[in-house]
Amino acid sequence: MSNEWPLFEVFIRGQHGLSHRHVGSLHATDAAHAIQNARDVYTRRKEGVSIWVVPAAQITASSPDDKGALYDPADDKVYRHPSFFDIPDEAGAM
Amino acid sequence: MSATGLIRMGDNALVLGQRLSEWCGHAPALEEDIALANIALDLIGQTQLWLGLAATRGAGDSADALAFHRDAWDFRNLLLVEQPNRDFAVTMMRQFLFDSWHFEALTALCDHSDTEVSAIAQKSLKEVTYHRERSTDTVIALGDGTDESHMRMQGALDRLWPYVGEMFTHDDDDLTDMTALRVPFDTYVLTALDAATLTAPASDFAHQGGKTGARHSEHLGHMLAVMQSLPRSYPDATW
Repeated sequence: MSNEWPLFEVFIRGQHGLSHRHVGSLHATDAAHAIQNARDVYTRRKEGVSIWVVPAAQITASSPDDKGALYDPADDKVYRHPSFFDIPDEAGAM
Repeated sequence: MSATGLIRMGDNALVLGQRLSEWCGHAPALEEDIALANIALDLIGQTQLWLGLAATRGAGDSADALAFHRDAWDFRNLLLVEQPNRDFAVTMMRQFLFDSWHFEALTALCDHSDTEVSAIAQKSLKEVTYHRERSTDTVIALGDGTDESHMRMQGALDRLWPYVGEMFTHDDDDLTDMTALRVPFDTYVLTALDAATLTAPASDFAHQGGKTGARHSEHLGHMLAVMQSLPRSYPDATW
């Protein structure tokens, strides 16, 4: 449909201390309308304490075709992973 | 305190909640569909509280009994809320006018001397604050929108304005002085209508007979026939 409302991506912060997570997208006439719609579409079961909306057109995404060049070189550099350390329990989620 | 005042609050929420639920699966956008269904559920939840309290004050056996086993002439809702959905403009204008009254009524009831009444009002007011924000934004966006949306919103306002006056009629059964709500209602509504480039009709003519039960419009009976058919056909039905 040509007169579809613009698409917004929605990010919800589930609890204090956690980062906003992408939960999906929706259509709305503007950002304020998108916040209202996000409240109805994505937080009706008390999922969130904070909502971000971003116009989907404003997101620049990497191309799936560049997957090899972007990510494969990291495959054989195991020393980049902090997997050789014991993480104390007190440090919490990493 | 008269249980009739509680039933009036409950019936308004019940009838409008049922009306809004008729949009489920039919609204012009998925997001609006979910929003209307959420608001309908908020209102049905408030109905359970108001009619539940009315039942404990001797008005009936339970909230369900009051909702499903009374006939149209026993309902005490405003004529505004039983008006049919028609198009999205009429639905949202009806919502805006009701939310604007509902907000002022609940605000007043938050200070009611009966602690159960004030507790229900305080819980409901949080929901209705959002309802009013949403319907106001929609009325402004569509009123100050395209030629088509403006024409439809002005038509909806002209159609529904004669149902505004009944909200501010008062008798001893009411839980608060309804006449006192008119000034804050007018201040809020006229400001929003101005932003929406809409003009309220000059006439103060008001249809009446909903909250007294004396003369409901013909639409209520049809709506109740749908709403009540299942519990009346299967009296002990459970999920």
